[in-house]
Amino acid sequence: MPEINLLEAIRQGLDEMMAQDERIFIFGEDVGRRGGVFRVTEGLIDKYGPLRVLDSPLAESVIVGACIGAAMNDTRPIAEIQFADFIAPAFNQIVQEAARIHYRSNGDWSVPMVIRAPYGGGIHGALYHSQSIEAFFAHVPGLKVVAPATPYDAKGLLKSAIEDNNPVLFLEHKKTYRLIKGQVPEHDYRVPIGPAEIKRPGEDLSVFAYGLMIHYCLEAAQSLAASGVSVEVVDLRTLRPLDVPTILASSRRTGKVLIVHEDNLTGGFGGEIAALIAEHAFEHLDAPIVRLGGPDVPAMPFARSLEDAFMPNPQKIAEAMRRLAAY
Amino acid sequence: MVKEADVVRTSLADEDADELRHYYYQMLLLRRFEERTGEMYVKAKIGGYCHLNLGEEATIVGLMAALKPEDYIFTNYRDHGYVLGRGTPPGPIMAELFGKETGVSGGRGGSMHLFDAERHFMGGYAIVGGQVPLAVGAAYALRYQEKPGVVVAQMGDATTNIGAFYESLNLAKLWKCPVLFFIVNNGYGMGTSVAMGSSEPDLWKKGASFRIHGEQIDGTDVLAVRDACRRLRDYAEREADPVILDVVSFRFRGHSVIDSDRYRNPEFVRKGRQDHDPVRNFATLLHEHAIIDDAWLKATADQVEHEIQEAIDFANASSDPNIEDLYQFMYATEVANTPGPEDAIAAVKINRGEV
Ligand SMILES: Cc1ncc(C[n+]2csc(CCOP(=O)(O)OP(=O)(O)O)c2C)c(N)n1
Ligand SMILES: [Mg+2]
Repeated sequence: MPEINLLEAIRQGLDEMMAQDERIFIFGEDVGRRGGVFRVTEGLIDKYGPLRVLDSPLAESVIVGACIGAAMNDTRPIAEIQFADFIAPAFNQIVQEAARIHYRSNGDWSVPMVIRAPYGGGIHGALYHSQSIEAFFAHVPGLKVVAPATPYDAKGLLKSAIEDNNPVLFLEHKKTYRLIKGQVPEHDYRVPIGPAEIKRPGEDLSVFAYGLMIHYCLEAAQSLAASGVSVEVVDLRTLRPLDVPTILASSRRTGKVLIVHEDNLTGGFGGEIAALIAEHAFEHLDAPIVRLGGPDVPAMPFARSLEDAFMPNPQKIAEAMRRLAAY
Repeated sequence: MVKEADVVRTSLADEDADELRHYYYQMLLLRRFEERTGEMYVKAKIGGYCHLNLGEEATIVGLMAALKPEDYIFTNYRDHGYVLGRGTPPGPIMAELFGKETGVSGGRGGSMHLFDAERHFMGGYAIVGGQVPLAVGAAYALRYQEKPGVVVAQMGDATTNIGAFYESLNLAKLWKCPVLFFIVNNGYGMGTSVAMGSSEPDLWKKGASFRIHGEQIDGTDVLAVRDACRRLRDYAEREADPVILDVVSFRFRGHSVIDSDRYRNPEFVRKGRQDHDPVRNFATLLHEHAIIDDAWLKATADQVEHEIQEAIDFANASSDPNIEDLYQFMYATEVANTPGPEDAIAAVKINRGEV
């Protein structure tokens, strides 16, 4: 199996799906000739032409809104939001329209579209190019929210998202784009939306995370193995619908739970996981559930010193694991 | 671009020579500040996203020459020149780009998020269109409090395609707000040309359905920009009425310092830079009118070089922001149960593996 980075995996996923299905088109800012700011869509306009890879005006609301209408009319649009931070003007379209149309049309209409959005920090992008937005959208029934961590999962989940008959928010951690490499099979495969995956089995405590944080958690778990602590790392992969059985089974088995995300803590997605475990696996717990997230400040500050203070990192995660293991 | 015929200026007779020389000095300061900023980026002194005003020197200096101290300015993220042009010293601006505590935003903002409250510079905004409604509100507040002044809503050409722009036009007219919608039309929003992104490429016409007067001006001619801004600014203030100025210039480089600009034809860029260089063209004009000579040009260049080197030295010598301040300024008042300096330090110690 060839080894590729996460960005290449997404590009391959887009390319292979577009080759198979003429209903698919891509719409976003500078996705065509420029190939997107991260170059995810590079080359696709040459292959599929300007009717299928469309440069949009600078207008996120209409990027998403037009894709919703097109999706209702027998096409399969993929909207690209250049940075997840810029999704706010489209919030109305995503939350009020895309998520609710199937339900309120009593099943008559569906919205088979994907919204790709690069998110996350650690790239010195400062306040408006570093945000994590998953909690806002994972709150909304009718949407699916996916956040892969590896090239294999990214490609497989993207294909599933494109084939899905519901609006799927596909979150790509931009620090993983070129940093994270992995093996991806040459044959056509899917990773289903929904199931989490145990990326590292362990006995002493369970860690739940997604995106870039999976890699930091794996690194931290590795560093604890030397001192005899066995950490299970569960990659949620999909935030909505959430794989509750896998979360509960792992929590019951190890009895100790750490939840890690880069998004700030209060009202973050970790709170939902913690509540589920407290409700349904309480008797199996040997320690309080621990959450580790970014600090509750309004946005990622620019200065490197402050950004470093903001980002969870392997050391910080390892420290939380150690404390929990010793509880 | 604006046609040559529109911009020919036959006489500088009514102009104050010192003032003209000052415009040139300011334009060169902006030019060299941005070029050196690009260098500092390559040297990894500056990181993240960073957008330069190269090619927009006359646009900025012309605007600033027309504004009064009581006016307010909101801009997009391409903001270095506006702060400089408004009179903030180069040192704290460069320090902000370096992410230092002596920067105009204490290192928190970086290139795209400069502020200078004292000079009514209300910030650079990194969410496209984010600043436009705010400018309308600020102008309403001026009217409401019966204060003098206008508010400049600076934005790029591509920003005129986002919904917030139209909502702002509508409200500014309804509320009779003294706003100068100042469109820096450098021809591109990232890789998308005006014609590709806007069904009405004459951006000054975009106020028509809101009954807002609009004009276009050559943004590479500092005097033309100044005169248009003066006239429109005074009109907006006097009549409490918004106006649009579409200020056309040529973007010298890629969208940001890390944009390779591959989507533009290199020959087009080369020619554009040659024909529409506001700094060089103004030097030629002043030279022709014997307002400056080579010795003056040399001395001015040396002075600018010196000032910018000082700014870089200042930034280099400044310290990083204190980690203790991570949670500072979250709220404008004391708030119970919010983390403080100790929490920030604890978090960092763990990050550094010091626990
Ligand atoms: C809401 C939003 N969408 C997209 C972006 C990404 N982006 C930043 S600048 C830019 C182009 C803006 O072009 P223009 O308004 O012409 O200003 P210029 O950069 O040319 O000064 C884009 C697409 C953003 N920052 N915010
Ligand atoms: Mg522009």
